[in-house]
Amino acid sequence: MFDMEIFRMIGSGLLETLYMVLVSTAMAYVLGLPLGIALVITDKDGIRPMPFVNRFIGIVVNVLRSVPFLILLITVLPITKKIVGTTIGPNATVVPLVIASAPFVARVVESSLKEVDKGVIEAAQSMGASPWKIVYKVILPEARPSLIVGGTIAVTTILGYSAMAGIVAGGGLGDIAIRYGFYRYQTNIMLVTVALLILIVQILQEIGMKLANIGDRRNG
Amino acid sequence: MSSGNPIIRIEGLSKTFQGVSGDISALEDISLEIREGEIFGIIGMSGAGKSTLVRCMNFLEKPTKGKVWFNGRDLSQLTKKELYQIRRSIGMIFQQFNLLMQRTVAGNVCFPLEIAGVDKKAAAKRAEELLTLVGISDRADSYPSQLSGGQRQRVAIARALATNPRVLLCDEATSALDPSTTRGVLTLLRDINRRLGITIVVITHQMKVIEEICSRVAILDSSHIAEVGSVEDIFTRPKTSAARRLVFPEDPSMGKLSGTRCCRIVFNGNSALEPVIAEMVLEFRQVVNILFADMKNIDGKAFGHIVIQLPDSGMVADRMMEYVRSKGLTAEEVEGYV
Repeated sequence: MFDMEIFRMIGSGLLETLYMVLVSTAMAYVLGLPLGIALVITDKDGIRPMPFVNRFIGIVVNVLRSVPFLILLITVLPITKKIVGTTIGPNATVVPLVIASAPFVARVVESSLKEVDKGVIEAAQSMGASPWKIVYKVILPEARPSLIVGGTIAVTTILGYSAMAGIVAGGGLGDIAIRYGFYRYQTNIMLVTVALLILIVQILQEIGMKLANIGDRRNG
Repeated sequence: MSSGNPIIRIEGLSKTFQGVSGDISALEDISLEIREGEIFGIIGMSGAGKSTLVRCMNFLEKPTKGKVWFNGRDLSQLTKKELYQIRRSIGMIFQQFNLLMQRTVAGNVCFPLEIAGVDKKAAAKRAEELLTLVGISDRADSYPSQLSGGQRQRVAIARALATNPRVLLCDEATSALDPSTTRGVLTLLRDINRRLGITIVVITHQMKVIEEICSRVAILDSSHIAEVGSVEDIFTRPKTSAARRLVFPEDPSMGKLSGTRCCRIVFNGNSALEPVIAEMVLEFRQVVNILFADMKNIDGKAFGHIVIQLPDSGMVADRMMEYVRSKGLTAEEVEGYV
């Protein structure tokens, strides 16, 4: 029912989607991980309480998270143009994806790190560990399984966002679904792209859970 | 053994926490000296401030008022770096063990060494030594979740000893363990104290733990120190009501008898296990009623105490107490017991 042309298009759409999602997730973690760590250590029960800093980061994160992705996508177009030089295609989509998902990642990281037993942190303090050493030798390794689960959630959420970017010609499978399935009523193409998106989510989810369990020593 | 020099000195220490409805005072005007080489106990009911007090000794909690000296250095005058350095000389173990769950047993013991900047090879070697010392060298590659409570506490002890501390703080270290495991851990602590000369501070709510290993004890009662002294003194002649409460825990059945004199007989290990009470009864041909007894046999010597109700005749009662004393035991009359 499809000719080679369409196969090729869906194939490159798939690659574009994977590219956008992976690059955005990586960059979102570059920004979100330090923010999440900062939220945890500056908390009033954290290892370096700084109420003002904590408040400030919290508000910035909340504001960014409150903006619906579609609105953000359009609002940041001028910024995208400045950074990437264009507003269409996968490279352009990475910008709003990172802006939208970094604060999300910060919250996911925060909740993972807060699961670390306070007693273990106290034990490290009693050994004369500095806050910095507590972060990278205790909190991050102890939270590793939970961070991986969080990463799986983040990557699938970003995949969903990336599909939405099709509305502004953002490239990838979402773009194809909207152009062919929505604008041209070619339902079969839309169904194929949606099926591919579902498949990607399934695979990412499986990999994430496997990694989390392999790395977790809490269950013997 | 104790050389007598104070390794930890606390003077006029108070600690208040900011609660939702005003300040909560956890400790008030505490002064204490812990001597090098001793096993010092701090006992009190829950909420008495024991855990806060022990955390003031390594400045995990900063006192609101008063001073803490470790080995002659005022902890409040140290920079952060100096404090981190000093904490390496003060090991600490906890009720919930607080091991790193994602590291192996050996990895846990290496952890404080990594923080101190010891190289990996030397750290691994030291971990091996310590795990042998605490008796679990065969579990070096296990993860904490695969160990029992007693084993986990042994790992925690090995970890606390890794940096060659001069003091080991034990915060309710045996409270999560069953009686036989508790005995094993206490024996290990006593061993460490004797063999390595490490001063040990034991925080507990169980008198048994204090009797078992401590040489001196402080009784903490609602944020204050009620009594400090040798365990033998406090056990034999508790002066304050807080101490009495801990030495003989209330037994509801005891309020029923009334009007007669009671006598508390303390066995300090001076007498061999001879049937003192039975012989006394035979000698005087008068029965006594045993109200409370907590005895144990350590190396064939009797340790513990018994509370008996004396016969109504005052003369016989007095002579019975004489008799008990003549056997080398401490006998004192206790009031308000029945």
